[in-house]
Amino acid sequence: MNKPIRTISLFCLVLFLALMANVTYLQYWKASSLDNDPRNRRAVDASFSQQRGAILVGQNQTPIAKSVPSKDQYLFQREYTRPLMYAQITGWYNYFNAQSGSCSTCQRRIEQTQNDVLSGDDDRLFVTRLVDMLSNKEPVGGNVSLTIDPKAQEAAYNGLKNVLGPSGEGAVVALEPRTGKVLAMVSLPSFDPNKLASHDLSQVTKVGDSLDNDSSQPLLNRAIQTTLPPGSTFKIVTAAAAIQDGLYTKDDLVPGGATYQLPQTTGDTGLVDNEGRDCGTGRIPFAQALENSCNTSFAHMAIEVGADKLREQADAFGFDQQYFTDMTPQATSVFPDDANEPQTGQSGIGQYDVRATPLQMAMVTAAIANDGKVMRPYVVDEIQSPEFEQIEKTQPETISQAISSSTASQLTDLLVSVVDDGTAYEAKIPGVSVAGKTGTAQTGTDAPPYAWFVSFAPADDPEVAVAVMIQKAPNVPRGEIAGGALGGPIAKAIMEAVINP
Amino acid sequence: MSVSFGPSNPLLGFVHRRRRGAELFLLVLALAVGVGAYAAVGVGVEDTVPADLFGYGGWLAGLIVAAHLVVRFVAPYADPVLLPVVAALNGLGLAVIHRLDLADDTHFASRQLIWMTVGVGLFIGTLLLLRDHRVLTRFTYTSGLAAIVLLLMPMMPIVGTSKRGAKIWIEVGGLSFQPGEVAKVMLVIAFAGYLVLHRDALALAGRRVLFVDLPRGRDLGPILGMWLVSLGILVFQRDLGSSLLFFGLFLVMLYVATERAGWLVVGSTLFVLGATAGYFAFGHVRERFEIWLHPFTYYKTGDASLPSSDQLVDARFGFGWGGLIGRGFGGGDPQLVPFAESDFILSSIGEELGLTGMVAVLLMYGLIVERALRAALISREGFGKLLAAGLGAVIALQVFVVAGGVTGLIPLTGLTTPFLSYGGSSLVANWVIAALLLRVSDLARRPIPDLSSDDEDADESATQVIKVAR
Repeated sequence: MNKPIRTISLFCLVLFLALMANVTYLQYWKASSLDNDPRNRRAVDASFSQQRGAILVGQNQTPIAKSVPSKDQYLFQREYTRPLMYAQITGWYNYFNAQSGSCSTCQRRIEQTQNDVLSGDDDRLFVTRLVDMLSNKEPVGGNVSLTIDPKAQEAAYNGLKNVLGPSGEGAVVALEPRTGKVLAMVSLPSFDPNKLASHDLSQVTKVGDSLDNDSSQPLLNRAIQTTLPPGSTFKIVTAAAAIQDGLYTKDDLVPGGATYQLPQTTGDTGLVDNEGRDCGTGRIPFAQALENSCNTSFAHMAIEVGADKLREQADAFGFDQQYFTDMTPQATSVFPDDANEPQTGQSGIGQYDVRATPLQMAMVTAAIANDGKVMRPYVVDEIQSPEFEQIEKTQPETISQAISSSTASQLTDLLVSVVDDGTAYEAKIPGVSVAGKTGTAQTGTDAPPYAWFVSFAPADDPEVAVAVMIQKAPNVPRGEIAGGALGGPIAKAIMEAVINP
Repeated sequence: MSVSFGPSNPLLGFVHRRRRGAELFLLVLALAVGVGAYAAVGVGVEDTVPADLFGYGGWLAGLIVAAHLVVRFVAPYADPVLLPVVAALNGLGLAVIHRLDLADDTHFASRQLIWMTVGVGLFIGTLLLLRDHRVLTRFTYTSGLAAIVLLLMPMMPIVGTSKRGAKIWIEVGGLSFQPGEVAKVMLVIAFAGYLVLHRDALALAGRRVLFVDLPRGRDLGPILGMWLVSLGILVFQRDLGSSLLFFGLFLVMLYVATERAGWLVVGSTLFVLGATAGYFAFGHVRERFEIWLHPFTYYKTGDASLPSSDQLVDARFGFGWGGLIGRGFGGGDPQLVPFAESDFILSSIGEELGLTGMVAVLLMYGLIVERALRAALISREGFGKLLAAGLGAVIALQVFVVAGGVTGLIPLTGLTTPFLSYGGSSLVANWVIAALLLRVSDLARRPIPDLSSDDEDADESATQVIKVAR
């Protein structure tokens, strides 16, 4: 009977080898793909219990999001120190979005886009992780330092809040023209990320549902996700195209007049007027046309430049593209395709189908301040180790040379005169030369108009470019909604915060 | 392999040493595993050494020393490796169950310690009462009948209860009991007794078809009977694992007894037929198969009409989470897997002790099987060979079925993991298996008495010599 027993031994050996091979496959080769399964509660629990890195702003590297020890079932609680002011930038971190990559279509803010760094899983933190493992310490996430200037952010938030009141809607973006750093980004209404980061999941679901169902859409980051007609602020693009094309210089006379009948149209629908502002007759100085925001002049100039060139110019500034990767999704600002002459005329004054995000208009302004170079906007300044050592710093990147440096300087002069002598006077800062442009976009017959304001300062050595967009200001009477009156003071406060820290 | 055929050839004059000192040394290591794991659980989960460490360790040490002393006196030549491996597995299982208790606020570990005490008691009792395992041949038909009664009991109206879809439990006065675990020991004894008597008839008669010796039609009776019993378990008790275990066990023993591969061909064909028929006839078999093939499709679907692979996938996540060296006791979440303390205890070990711990546990099972088959090889008579080989096969098959099911190598079937899983009937039955294996190896390794007048033994060794020469 020994021969079959030996055969059985071999058979058992095969059984055990198969078990060991399978368990090795499972625990060695398959392990990381199992850990990355979004349905794996262990991975979610672990990343949720971990001490996550902080999100820092400003010279003092003040944390605006940090993990503090918690006494409940998880070891750490995410805490947002200025919740409403920074909510649109930080986003929130809770049990439902703790797993990286669990939702690629959802809104992803710094907590999500920088999750690998904050959780410590990023390859750039490999050495730190290794040291932690060897010294038997609990791994700690890396820190993310933002480009946000806390003073500018505060000025933007408070300024916008004052104008909008408790139920208004609007957004502000401030950029550093030379680099593309986002110095401030505010969108109202805001929300409290602390409530969404709670460990009480039913509470989180309740708050999340009520935010989702809120008709004012507090979860929307209007600075990058809302496109609206930019109105008169788009005249900067039209002017840039005209100067860049060689049609005019800043000292030339441009078409003026109280009304302008768009080509191929008759009657009121095709008639452009200036709502009573002085735009002369015949030909007027370029500066006057911009100072008084003459619709007739720019509609006419847009047609002279032509739809194709105007669109090319808009695209050179960043329209019809995606360029912002630190937060997603980003709405694409659009300039209409194949516009005919009357449509081109309307587009030239920022109406018809032209749509822009506040970030896009800030980029247009920043490009003029930066000798015509459009910089890629970014929010993440530095990746840091848990010990706050710099691991990687974002390098500024030029997207395009939208206009020549000479065009840029001519536009700067024109825009300075708009602040000094024109509609944008609200943004004047004593002792500093400021360039700016107002905009009030009609939305239709019933709804109140959108108010815009763009500016940069100091004009000779720009440090900050701002775009303010007021979508809905219920506290302001409809007749008083104008870019200069509403947006000017906000822009001024932000510029002052940056220039005089 | 000289050791294995040495004693069968008295001319070589090889005499096994007792090796009780080695066993004691290994037992100290096994105790270190059990008590160390218990302490590690306390440190890992509660950050303190358990307050009852000395009481617990003392109890465990007492059981182990008692078992060792009895082996030393009544089975002095018994295999020195088996008892330490069994003790280490049992100790590790207790620690893991204790760890799950801390997570779930249950009290399985203390009950398991009581069951271990009962198990060691039966182990000692078996060794003391059963001085020669051949006595068991007298109970061939009795234990066969008892096994069938035990297997049928869960289907009886008052005592039988159904848990997790399998009718393999009986409940008397609040105590639940898995009779299948005891039945498997009974079946091995019955098969061994039957086959040692009828092996010649089964082995010699038959026809040769395509290089395979097929058995005679009338000899197919017992194999068909066993096949029907296995199918019955599958159909009426919905227990795929036990059905596979019993039929596989029977085939292995038939093959060892008759040395004819033809039985394996016939048996495997029957099993495949039965399994295929089961697949098409029974929804629960199909479901098991389906979630084995596509576990992630059926994970947390929230659809009650679909089969659920939650347990399987949660265990899979646990294994992945453990990785190479594991999370350490207290570092994982093994309690996320339903029934982690019984059927899925291996996933707890995989998660917290890692691949290293899993391979160590599998190697320990491998050692038990190897030691059992070695005892079968060196045993000088047919009944001992069949008994040891059968018991070894039971453990090998059971470990393969449960570990393969938990790790996704084969479809999942509900079986306990020997010595590790929480469960009284399983633990007690396995301790008896250990005692029987020690008894067989003790007689096999014992020096041959000078005057041997036992005809059967003489025949046996003569046969052996011829075979080795061949």
